Amino acid sequence: MLNDLIKGAKKYATTNPAAKKAGIPEGMYLQCPKCKKSIYKVDLKAQLGVCPHCSYYYPLSPRARIFAIVDKGSFNELDKEMMSVNPLDFPDYEKKLVNYIDKTDQKEAVITGTALIDGQETVIGVMDSRFMMGSMGSVVGEKLTRAIEYATSKKLPVIIFTASGGARMQEGIFSLMQMAKTSAALARHDENGLLYISVLTDPTTGGVTASFAMLGDIILAEPGALIGFAGPRVIEQTIKQKLPEGFQRAEFLLDHGMIDAIVKRPDMRETLACLLKLHQKEGK
Amino acid sequence: MEDIRERIDALGEAINQLSQLNETPEIANEITRLKAVVYKLEKKAGTLYDPWDKVKIARKIERPRAQFYINSIVTDFVELHGDRAFKDDKAIIGGIGKIDGHTVTIIVQNKGNTAKENIERNFGMPHPEGYRKALRLMKQAEKFSRPVVCLIDTPGAYCGIGAEERGQGEAIARNLLEMARLKVPIVSGIIGEGGSGGALALGVADRVFMQANTTYSILSPEGFASILWKDSNRAKEAAGIMKITARDLLEYGIIDDIVEEPVGGAHKEPLQAANALKEYIVSQLNELTQKDVHTLVEDRYERFRQYGAFYEEEL
Repeated sequence: MLNDLIKGAKKYATTNPAAKKAGIPEGMYLQCPKCKKSIYKVDLKAQLGVCPHCSYYYPLSPRARIFAIVDKGSFNELDKEMMSVNPLDFPDYEKKLVNYIDKTDQKEAVITGTALIDGQETVIGVMDSRFMMGSMGSVVGEKLTRAIEYATSKKLPVIIFTASGGARMQEGIFSLMQMAKTSAALARHDENGLLYISVLTDPTTGGVTASFAMLGDIILAEPGALIGFAGPRVIEQTIKQKLPEGFQRAEFLLDHGMIDAIVKRPDMRETLACLLKLHQKEGK
Repeated sequence: MEDIRERIDALGEAINQLSQLNETPEIANEITRLKAVVYKLEKKAGTLYDPWDKVKIARKIERPRAQFYINSIVTDFVELHGDRAFKDDKAIIGGIGKIDGHTVTIIVQNKGNTAKENIERNFGMPHPEGYRKALRLMKQAEKFSRPVVCLIDTPGAYCGIGAEERGQGEAIARNLLEMARLKVPIVSGIIGEGGSGGALALGVADRVFMQANTTYSILSPEGFASILWKDSNRAKEAAGIMKITARDLLEYGIIDDIVEEPVGGAHKEPLQAANALKEYIVSQLNELTQKDVHTLVEDRYERFRQYGAFYEEEL
């Protein structure tokens, strides 16, 4: 079974259409899902996936995100070959993984690496909501934990862009344990007096919210991002009433004191660069 | 298995009816005899329980709750309330007391044994303030160098408007981070349902155990079935593939030990269950309190560090 999966991955990893890579649908024009106006795709790319009419945020692929944030050519990927296995022998899990590998050209729901932002070295992790809802299984947990541990050993800051529906159901209890693993790694990073910035993007829910997403020294969010522990549908079913407009959006969290700031996508690089600079040790 | 269950139910009914008659020596004897037969059958069934049977036992309303275990095994217990910020969450009970020779901080999730109690305890589903109370008491335990004992019994952290407004995710996350580095021994175990992040938030420990008929899972079987198959009625099937029983999790190394329960489940002989629990906790505390703090925290880190399965050879 494992062999099938790996064969599948190798075969699919060679295709690499640019549109897929940017996380933006195919075609010259597309219709904004919010304001329904048509957008010229070249414009959308130039705007980092923000609708020029209504400021709707398209999800960005991790590579497009990294491209928009870090100094050109400075990204050095870590653990890029790591892939999921099927620890619980869950029916059809391998098949599902191969489908997502094909669809996204990514091997898993997170990319990690080192990079420079305005000349300052940092460890960066970016989740991919397109890969099985950005769910956290063993690979997401392991890659982030290694990245955090690397940052701790090299005395580097960590920046993580979250985007996740929560835990990866197919890996059961192993997914749950990734919450403890990543949080423990962040505890050590924290004890070394190092900076961790989490940037919450749409959507950030479940086990990711209840672990590394909410543990930033500084927590930023993109405008309008859905951020919560339980998803809105689950809450509606539990309390049997409709949720108020704007509930669990970034603005709601800011209002309730749960995040530090909302940062627009075009301003993100500059904000991160500034925060990194403000945390540089004297004499460095 | 189905036959055995039917026979147990039929005998239970017979015992019920007999015990409602005027008691004569013959009737008393017959009840004793029938109970012995039920005992044998349950012992046989115990080895045949499937995961769904365990789910049902773990959720039984008459199952002994954490409060019962506190009353039975902790002496000089003083309950400490509140998170010092918002309110006192009754789904979590915390306090200080003695278990055998050890002074400990004990933090438990408490369901009720009646509908009324369950409403008061919110069915053991904590709000953020419950987790923050737990964290406050853990930090206090660290200050006074006393071990922490956590008993877990929750379907999950509560999903509601207030819980979200006050940062349910942040509260759980903070507990995971702080427990990972707490400088005192922690023993945690599942005494009923171990539901998701809401359970893990008391479960980052040096020793993790499960009572024999409990479950520990990423999500309830109902939730799991509803996410994967959009059909919560397939919960029994989900329970079968989720690997949520004590035996499964012992095999995966997620837990260290299984604490045995009386035949038929802890609710059959609560005091016997309490004694087994006490004996286990005391033996773990005896061991853990011998470790120096550095090794203790290092070992805890490594324990959680190793969880996960992946593939990473160069292609």
